[in-house]
Amino acid sequence: MKTAHPHTATTLSSLHPGETATIASIHAEEALHQRLLAMGFRTGKKVELIRRARFSGPLQVRIGTTDILLRKAEAEKITVHRT
Amino acid sequence: MKKIALLGMPNTGKSTLFNRMTGAAARVGNWPGITVELLSGKILLGGDMVEIVDLPGIYDLHGFSDDEQVVRHFLRDNVPDLALVVLNATQIERQLSLLLQLKQLNLNMVVLLNMADEARKFGITVDTGKMTEALGIPIFLLSAKYGTGYNESMQAAARALRYTTPGLAENLRDQLKQDGQIETEMARVLQHSVQVPARLPDNLTNQLDHLMLHPWLGLPIFFGIMYLLFQAIFFFGQPLQTGVNALFGWLREAAIVPLLAFLPAMLQGLLLDGVYNGVATVAAFVPLIVLFFLFMAIVEDTGYLSRAAFLMDVLMAKMGLDGRSFVMLLMGFGCNVPALMGTRVMRSRPLRLLSMLVVPFSLCSARLQVFVFVTAALFSPKAAPLVLFSLYLFSFASAILTALLFKRYFPSSEPFLLELPPYRFPTLRQMMLRGWHEVQHFLRRATLFIVAGVVLVWLLTHLPPSAAPASADTLAGIIGGWLHPLFEPVGITPELTIALIFGFVAKEIVIGSLAVIYGLGGEALSGALAQQLDWVQAYSFMLFTLIYTPCLSTIATLRSESKNAGFTLFAIAWSLVLAWMASLAFYQTARALGY
Repeated sequence: MKTAHPHTATTLSSLHPGETATIASIHAEEALHQRLLAMGFRTGKKVELIRRARFSGPLQVRIGTTDILLRKAEAEKITVHRT
Repeated sequence: MKKIALLGMPNTGKSTLFNRMTGAAARVGNWPGITVELLSGKILLGGDMVEIVDLPGIYDLHGFSDDEQVVRHFLRDNVPDLALVVLNATQIERQLSLLLQLKQLNLNMVVLLNMADEARKFGITVDTGKMTEALGIPIFLLSAKYGTGYNESMQAAARALRYTTPGLAENLRDQLKQDGQIETEMARVLQHSVQVPARLPDNLTNQLDHLMLHPWLGLPIFFGIMYLLFQAIFFFGQPLQTGVNALFGWLREAAIVPLLAFLPAMLQGLLLDGVYNGVATVAAFVPLIVLFFLFMAIVEDTGYLSRAAFLMDVLMAKMGLDGRSFVMLLMGFGCNVPALMGTRVMRSRPLRLLSMLVVPFSLCSARLQVFVFVTAALFSPKAAPLVLFSLYLFSFASAILTALLFKRYFPSSEPFLLELPPYRFPTLRQMMLRGWHEVQHFLRRATLFIVAGVVLVWLLTHLPPSAAPASADTLAGIIGGWLHPLFEPVGITPELTIALIFGFVAKEIVIGSLAVIYGLGGEALSGALAQQLDWVQAYSFMLFTLIYTPCLSTIATLRSESKNAGFTLFAIAWSLVLAWMASLAFYQTARALGY
């Protein structure tokens, strides 16, 4: 099994439930980028993956005091460093 | 008159504040996007009449979805004299970005940090004095739900209204600063004024979600809750309805009949067997409606809708929809009209249209009335809730089938991004307001459609005067006869056909028209139905009622929200075709199996 090294860049979608990471960058088109910003996704913010739905369903992540649901496809656009 | 606008992100409690300020009963709920249109009310504030405008929530001033356009257009066309910016105090760290954008518009603003009660519970402290200083805008803590801090907030609003409003930029977008600057500014303001504990206490929401969003138990729990709700509706609602029916029956004999005795027989018949029987049979549903919407209010206010979106998104994605479409189906259980409007939160037009195509299959409270009446008449008390539950499953199935068939014509790649709010519980006041609001809505529809409808049905079943009432020689009988070849294979009798025709206007009329057609109200009508129909026919009739076009209001909303007559016609035609095919398949299969 591949072990994750701390501080290596990965995407939000590859985190496991309970893992936390720091947002490194966001690669999304303008409209999605704006919405992500408004929901609190900003470079340097800490994010925790709370749970994943079955069958590659949406992810529940926590940034500060906000919980957000997003699909895997969107989570792949967010690069993070595991902490 | 001076104008105050309520601005803020979705689900920050603007409508709750609006209700508290104006005494109105705007719909509130723990779902980002409950308010999608402008609402306004007038109140006396600081000695002057002012107009309060409740706006849909916006995430930022760049928004592209239809509900956000509403806000942008409003701000462009009417500069408010004061903007009350409502932020969720527990999420101040991120919601500050919207405030800083708004600040660049030179609006006259007062900031209300709402849900102060929750913030305190989470251990979040806000120094409003320091924050006011850092931002140069008056800031107050508020709980719009419980009223804490309300008086101070209103005094501040009245004070701010005395100053004239600076202008607003011609083009909102050009004026917005670079996001980087906003970020620096956010950090500066938050640094000294807000303290958030490093880790939130492991609260009730986390524990509940552990169960409700459980990978394997989540969906069974969802369907279990739904089933219990319908059990409860039958258990409490049905006896209430019988009671009210009995009351109306007694009133008719004791007061209305003697009162109308002087009128000619024909007119007496129209008023008693037409208007009174029809309206009384429908009015008997009021307790059921109130009960149903109290349950709906609880479901919507707890925040469970977002959980349902989480659980169902994978499945909905396979149908070209997303978790929010499913939430609109659930909201449609109350009434399809607000659910159709709720799709405004979607940015992609194909996704919105496909969602609007499936929402009318959602079993609304008006159809619920028909089903409660018919199932109670034809099925045993033990079987009735199960039958009702099966109709809800058919409602989902119709939506799923429709989406699967047509998704390729509505391709979309809209991202799915949704807030998951903490669980909350409505106050008794909020529940009463909702119940009252729905009764008013019901009565408005009743006066609008039902009285006219039942009078028309009575005329159709009694004209020409030479024909025996409700016989094949009356106008109704003739129309029923024409349509007979179409409805005979699905087991729907000419009487029921007439009721279905009127049901096109509104489903509330269906039982009312049956009461008129049979000349019987309440319990007597149930008896007559049970005698004339067997359960297979009744179920086929209910399937048809479930699937075909819900009502004229829904059609009007489809038209105004889609701005496309072709789409609207298609939605109507498809629902009629699907209704007929589903009833046919059910009826013929059941008969072939020997039922």
